[in-house]
Amino acid sequence: MVSTSGRTESPLAGTAVGTQPRRASRAWFRRWAGKEWVLFLLFILPNFFFLAMFTYWPLWENVKMSLQQTDLLAFKSEPKYVGFDNYQWLFDNRTFRLVVKNTVIFIGASVGFTLLFGLLIALLLNQKLRFRTGVRALVFAPTLLSGAAIGIVWAYIFDPRFGLLAQILDWFSIPSPHWLDRPEWALPAIIIVYVWKNLGFASVIFLAGLQGIPKDLYDAAKVDGAGAWWRFKSVTLPMLSPISFFLMVTSVLSTFQAFDIQQVMTKGGPAFATTTLVYYVYEQSFGQGANFGRAAAAAIILFIAMLVVTAIQMGYTEKKVHYDG
Amino acid sequence: MDRLTVKQQERLGRIGGYAGLLLVTLIIGLPMFWMLSGSLKTLREIYTFPPDWIPKDPQWSNFKEAWQSVPFGRFYINSIIITFFGTSLQLICGILCAYAFAFLRFPFKNILFLGVLAALMVPGEVVILPNFIFFGNTIRDWLGTEDNWVNTYQAVVLPGAATAFGTFLMRQGFMTLPKDVLDAAKVDGAGHLRTMFGIVLPMAKPIVITFGMISLVNKWNDYLWPLVITRTDEMRPITVGVRLLFDAEGNNNWGVIMAGTCFVVIPLLIVYVFLQRYIIAGLTAGATKG
Repeated sequence: MVSTSGRTESPLAGTAVGTQPRRASRAWFRRWAGKEWVLFLLFILPNFFFLAMFTYWPLWENVKMSLQQTDLLAFKSEPKYVGFDNYQWLFDNRTFRLVVKNTVIFIGASVGFTLLFGLLIALLLNQKLRFRTGVRALVFAPTLLSGAAIGIVWAYIFDPRFGLLAQILDWFSIPSPHWLDRPEWALPAIIIVYVWKNLGFASVIFLAGLQGIPKDLYDAAKVDGAGAWWRFKSVTLPMLSPISFFLMVTSVLSTFQAFDIQQVMTKGGPAFATTTLVYYVYEQSFGQGANFGRAAAAAIILFIAMLVVTAIQMGYTEKKVHYDG
Repeated sequence: MDRLTVKQQERLGRIGGYAGLLLVTLIIGLPMFWMLSGSLKTLREIYTFPPDWIPKDPQWSNFKEAWQSVPFGRFYINSIIITFFGTSLQLICGILCAYAFAFLRFPFKNILFLGVLAALMVPGEVVILPNFIFFGNTIRDWLGTEDNWVNTYQAVVLPGAATAFGTFLMRQGFMTLPKDVLDAAKVDGAGHLRTMFGIVLPMAKPIVITFGMISLVNKWNDYLWPLVITRTDEMRPITVGVRLLFDAEGNNNWGVIMAGTCFVVIPLLIVYVFLQRYIIAGLTAGATKG
């Protein structure tokens, strides 16, 4: 039995103790583990061990690697320190600049449409309509599903000759584009899939936000003679702004990490049209013509981009806390 | 045009609302329906345009063929092992760490907690290469063995064993527990282990289950790291396995491929149908409370 102070006798401790060695080991255990700081260290040890092993140390290794030139053929030889050459190479490289552009478009469009449609669906689900809990459950379902499996299903949907989308476009006499084979269509196709997958999460969060808005605000607006649109603009939107901001930041961060859907659907192609930063890191690490130094540099650029987004969020939240206080 | 009466307005709004619900249902539901109907189609039905919505002669053999084309049985076992150990480790690490930060005194505790939170900013994708090199190379020097750990369960599971998010979420949950119950336990002479298992965990069950659920879904769906660190069919989880089926069948045999994706998606969907309320509340808890 572990007790907080180490000296107070637990009422149960005496009954279980039988033989001499057991008592000794128990006493030892109590003396050490009974000390709160020892227990604290014991409790945080597993988590900190794995974080140190597989998060912090590799991050440091990654920084070092990004400043080195690695020759795959002479893997065992001492790596050469090259300063910021890898970064310089990336920024001078046309493909990498395309990758950065893809990432910005991909994140901007995915997050933008997800939030917009998510809000619309939330407003719909906030009405007193029958079946709305069922629809809420359905909308949320894609969030749970494996991106790899979803990517495959959508590859079939996008099939320009026999796919679902070809059929729907055909009703409007629009010929289906060759979605995944054309550089100009591949990225929009991937964005459609991500929006479809993440809509549910955004709408459920927005819905929670909507339900948290005090009713009397609407009543007050009604008394002032505000119409539906005006109420939406002057009550709903401002009240939702903290949650929208939160959703935007978390969506941006998670979209930075998106990988499985493009890996399954397009393998970053055609002609790098769907290669985003994460995909580029993967290709430079494990693909053909891999270059560890450049891969590490690209990973650090990805890390810094995410850090900046997080810092913006923290700055904003700090300010908000300030105003509240 | 005459102005609509309030009643007419309401009716119009309701009709619009139901039309919206129908549209949303179609947008989200049709792709899932397309997967299910595709999994039962013959090759001939797949190659007709306009497509048949409902297969006339359901081909259950597609499922058999998918199961035989790549070793799905093995993929299931691997996914279950990886998910079980991955989730258990995250729960153990997270609960212990959250308890320590919520209830135990220690100098510079806040700085240490920042150290946990900072890990939130380093997703696995960023450190994938050094971690791969660790399991491919460094581990041999550490253990003094010939074999590295590439293509092993421990290499799939261990990098995802810690949790910064879970620690944060559960610590928040633990700290909202009523103080007097915990004080009463202290007066009764209950030690921390007994307080944790007897009082804190039962009372904080919802938040622990919530995190368990998030962890479970993430581990089952994990793709990038298992793709990189596993090499043979014997070790692949089902998410990577279904990709192999896609490659093996090329993009023409959609019926068999859709049957394969059903294998990945359906276990989670079944769980979802029964636990829908808890899962939605759980997966969004981090967002609304954090």
